[in-house]
Amino acid sequence: MSQLPPVAVERLVKIYKTVPAVDGISFALAPGTITALLGGNGAGKTTTIASIMGLITPTSGRVSVLGAQMPQQRYRVLHRMNFESPYVEVPMRLTVRQNLTVFGKLYDVDHLRERITELGDELDLIELLDRTTGSLSAGQKTRVSLAKALINTPDVLLLDEPTASLDPDTADWVRGRLERYCRDRHATVLLASHNMTEVERLCERVIMLKRGRIEDDDTPAQLLWRYGRSTLEEVFLDVARGNGGETREAAQ
Amino acid sequence: MSRRHTSAVAASTHRISAIMLRHWYLLRSSWPRLLDLIYWPTVQMVTWGFLQYYIATNAGFFARAGGTFIGAVLLWDILFRGQLGFSISFLEEMYSRNLGNIMMSPLRPFEFIIALMVISVVRLSLGAVPVTFLAIAFFGFNLYAFGLALVAFFFNLMLTSWAIGIFVSGLILRNGMGAENLAWSIMFLFMPLTCVYYPVATLPTWLQPVAWLLPPTYVFEGMRALVIDKVFRPDLMLDALALNALLFAAGVFGFLQLLRSAQRQGSLMQSGE
Repeated sequence: MSQLPPVAVERLVKIYKTVPAVDGISFALAPGTITALLGGNGAGKTTTIASIMGLITPTSGRVSVLGAQMPQQRYRVLHRMNFESPYVEVPMRLTVRQNLTVFGKLYDVDHLRERITELGDELDLIELLDRTTGSLSAGQKTRVSLAKALINTPDVLLLDEPTASLDPDTADWVRGRLERYCRDRHATVLLASHNMTEVERLCERVIMLKRGRIEDDDTPAQLLWRYGRSTLEEVFLDVARGNGGETREAAQ
Repeated sequence: MSRRHTSAVAASTHRISAIMLRHWYLLRSSWPRLLDLIYWPTVQMVTWGFLQYYIATNAGFFARAGGTFIGAVLLWDILFRGQLGFSISFLEEMYSRNLGNIMMSPLRPFEFIIALMVISVVRLSLGAVPVTFLAIAFFGFNLYAFGLALVAFFFNLMLTSWAIGIFVSGLILRNGMGAENLAWSIMFLFMPLTCVYYPVATLPTWLQPVAWLLPPTYVFEGMRALVIDKVFRPDLMLDALALNALLFAAGVFGFLQLLRSAQRQGSLMQSGE
């Protein structure tokens, strides 16, 4: 039996009215890897992630997740996926435990109480479980969102700016937890981020988007070498400002 | 860790109960929300009750028709609050920016709809049941004296309120919070046409067929027949049920079409204006 990639995007096109948000991109994610989706504002990151989640219908092309075509077969696999995004929040009036209970039931999690305690331990939330989510600090809320994203121990995890608005210490702590989750559970993670430190630390592969197209796709080390740069931020700027081709040629 | 071995029905029950639980937690944690459920029904009932009392003591017909106004107010509240209970529960997900989490979860659209229907009954009960007891205490009007007719009235009104609530939720899903006002105001469009406080015969002749296209019209006519003529009209209830079946199917169909449109337009991730 052939091993299908957990996430496969083939010639994906999404046009909103007349504006192409994603313009014919293809990539596949290997199991147990963390891949970054990089690009400036409007590059097509959120549209790509929403297509993978089955929240939008592609204009053309195909997206499959864990063998299911999205969005048509999304309910076959949604219980094995999860996501975190700054564009959504868990209800603020509910306590952390109530939120995790609701989402645990939504994902049909077995032994839910034990799972909540386990996540409480892993994400340092035990003391916060009976506090209302709205009363927590930004860093604590991010940990709650992460707990929600991990409640069903997903095989595919989609993260949109998971450490946005966090202080460096908390952000580093969150990255550590994500790294450990991916390693322990052999989960496949797609991470949209503007934080190059985060990408360099977590990701073995970087897909660079620009105006809805894949501008480059390689390991962080290969990208640094090819562009002749010492940081991914410089590579990002080269691509974003349209100097990518020239810089690559000069470097080689 | 997920219960991959559970049956589809059991999993579905878990997901439906999850949404119900989420709204129960919310109601429990917020006294202004609870107060809001009971405030308007009480104000409405008391205002119309005293008006009816005044008219009844000054006009022979209304003395005979005692209870039609309060009955109409209470039934109107079932219709209006039922729809509002559904739509507000949906809007709560938008207000809390939680809709993306819901849409990304394994919760199916029909499970979401069922959960919101149950929640609308809970919200309605919290608001309307105390008011029915107030009606007994203040005006001696006992809605429960309608007996089985009340069940028929309630079921028909709830079906209409769900159909409208489902369709309005679809509009909000597709168009964002710009469509929020519809949730509050759409039922008032039905108020004059469904003849809540007066018989259908009061309407101009050309408008009466339009009124008879709306299921609540049959309920309010049925209520007046019961209160004034002491006759229960099962024919009216069956006509209402048939129209409600069509309306409910249309509401669900509209919701699914708007959901698909939202998927095409990419508006499911947005919950703003």
